[in-house]
Amino acid sequence: MRETKYWTWHMFAGVIILILLGIHMITMHLSTLLGWFNPAGGDAIGWDNLLARATLFIYAVVYIVLLGAALYHGLYGFRTILFELGLKKGAQKFINILFIAAGICLFAFGTWAATKFYIIAQGA
Amino acid sequence: MAKKIHKETDIVFHIRRYNPELDSKPLWKKYTVHVEPGMTVLDGLHQIRETQDASLSLRYSCRMGVCGSCGMLLNGRPSLACNTQILDITTKVLTVASLPNFDIIKDLVPDLTPLFEKHISTSPHIVRNDADEMLNPTGEFYQTPEELTRYLQFTYCIKCGLCMSACPTLATDPEYIGSQALPQAYRYNVDTRDDGFNLRKKIVGSTHGVFRCHYAGECSNVCPKGVDPARAIQLMKRELVLDYLKLKKHRAKSHICSKPEGVERIPEIPEAPPFTVEQK
Amino acid sequence: MAEYKKYSNRLGITGWLAGGRWGIERYLYSLHRITGLGILLYFILHIFVTSSRVFSMDAWEKWMGFFGSPIFKFGEFLVFVAFAFHAVNGIRLFLIELGFAVGKAEEPIYPYKSSLNTQRPLMVVLMIVAIVLIAAGGYEFLGLTH
Repeated sequence: MRETKYWTWHMFAGVIILILLGIHMITMHLSTLLGWFNPAGGDAIGWDNLLARATLFIYAVVYIVLLGAALYHGLYGFRTILFELGLKKGAQKFINILFIAAGICLFAFGTWAATKFYIIAQGA
Repeated sequence: MAKKIHKETDIVFHIRRYNPELDSKPLWKKYTVHVEPGMTVLDGLHQIRETQDASLSLRYSCRMGVCGSCGMLLNGRPSLACNTQILDITTKVLTVASLPNFDIIKDLVPDLTPLFEKHISTSPHIVRNDADEMLNPTGEFYQTPEELTRYLQFTYCIKCGLCMSACPTLATDPEYIGSQALPQAYRYNVDTRDDGFNLRKKIVGSTHGVFRCHYAGECSNVCPKGVDPARAIQLMKRELVLDYLKLKKHRAKSHICSKPEGVERIPEIPEAPPFTVEQK
Repeated sequence: MAEYKKYSNRLGITGWLAGGRWGIERYLYSLHRITGLGILLYFILHIFVTSSRVFSMDAWEKWMGFFGSPIFKFGEFLVFVAFAFHAVNGIRLFLIELGFAVGKAEEPIYPYKSSLNTQRPLMVVLMIVAIVLIAAGGYEFLGLTH
């Protein structure tokens, strides 16, 4: 029954990504047309825009939620593909542990970066 | 699909032969068959056996799409040899091979043992909590036509294995329960007489269960009986997810219709014959 | 039953991609996997690259300048194409796999119609959406707005 739990959250994570990554894509790539979250104008990846966005608390929260959802969705999807190769029980267990560890490490690193930059932006 | 022709013609059969006593791997052999309109692939194979090569092995029984014995890979698509007409799928060359994803026993004979083992593993029968009623039935179970329709489609499975040989997941994952057994589990899960959902969810919701399906849809494309395994598998995922989220609606169970009272038996109807086995 | 020699006839990984007379949904299935893996690879690199903003403005601008070259722009566009397809096809799979788009069980009457026929209008509409998204992304990514 654990697989039902994993898969249900894989689906929910997909929906979260669809919404949040949609916003991310509009911010980053339709900046010249719409200008959302780009108060300094011009290039969405310019340093001024980066700082302006990072002063918003909600932006840091959205980044962290998106990071978690995307890592879970991506790593579960990759695990699915690997499991369907007909691996032995030991290899399946190894993949589970490896992916959980990698997921936690990447999540911790990304969260650290988002938080740190939020603090930097508050001071700037 | 090739353009249909409706006149006699010569078709070249490329048949994938394998003799476990002589060959280390399968070999392709060519046979030319004179084909008339309406001839099935099975007719063509019989003609080869009668006139050209009696050593060709194949499995068949009913010759009319009911028994599910003659599943083969015809021009790259799993089909029943008995209900596929040669001129419907080719004008020149026809390739015939054993069903993929099953071991080959000889020539066109696949080993369907995994199909039956997986089928049995999902408890494909009515499971009930009331053992007393099972042993000493007091009446019949009531079921509406709507309740019947919910599972009737999936009862038409003839266990030919075409869906499993078309499945991309089974191409690599031998443990996947597969597109034959999962719909059969669903068929009993939605039967109002059945209480086996909690028993079956351990099997179908396991790592190599229902969530290894990603709707490539090939099983439903090749099914010769219109069973639509892909639909049953998706509906079962929904059932499992709703069960996990505790949103699964409690379905009304069939109640037992007691024996009619105050009616007289019509005299022409004979009594049931006596038991042939001693009753305990 | 007596043991006898058998030939393993499993298709292997080619069974995911190539085949005989397959339906279109099977190719969407393969594309969904390939695009998913591509996005995951990009995403992990993306976490590290964008983290450079924590160190200094110079570090950030150095990396952004490095990835601003035309070859990386095109690579980024490919990731966008993958994302657009994966997202739109993901909506379809979400609706199908939770049982909303496959219809109810019905008595099979020859010629058989399956759940594939039920979901096909949805598939066609969503694939058109994907193509529109990719075209719009191409317009933006390949610098046509400037």
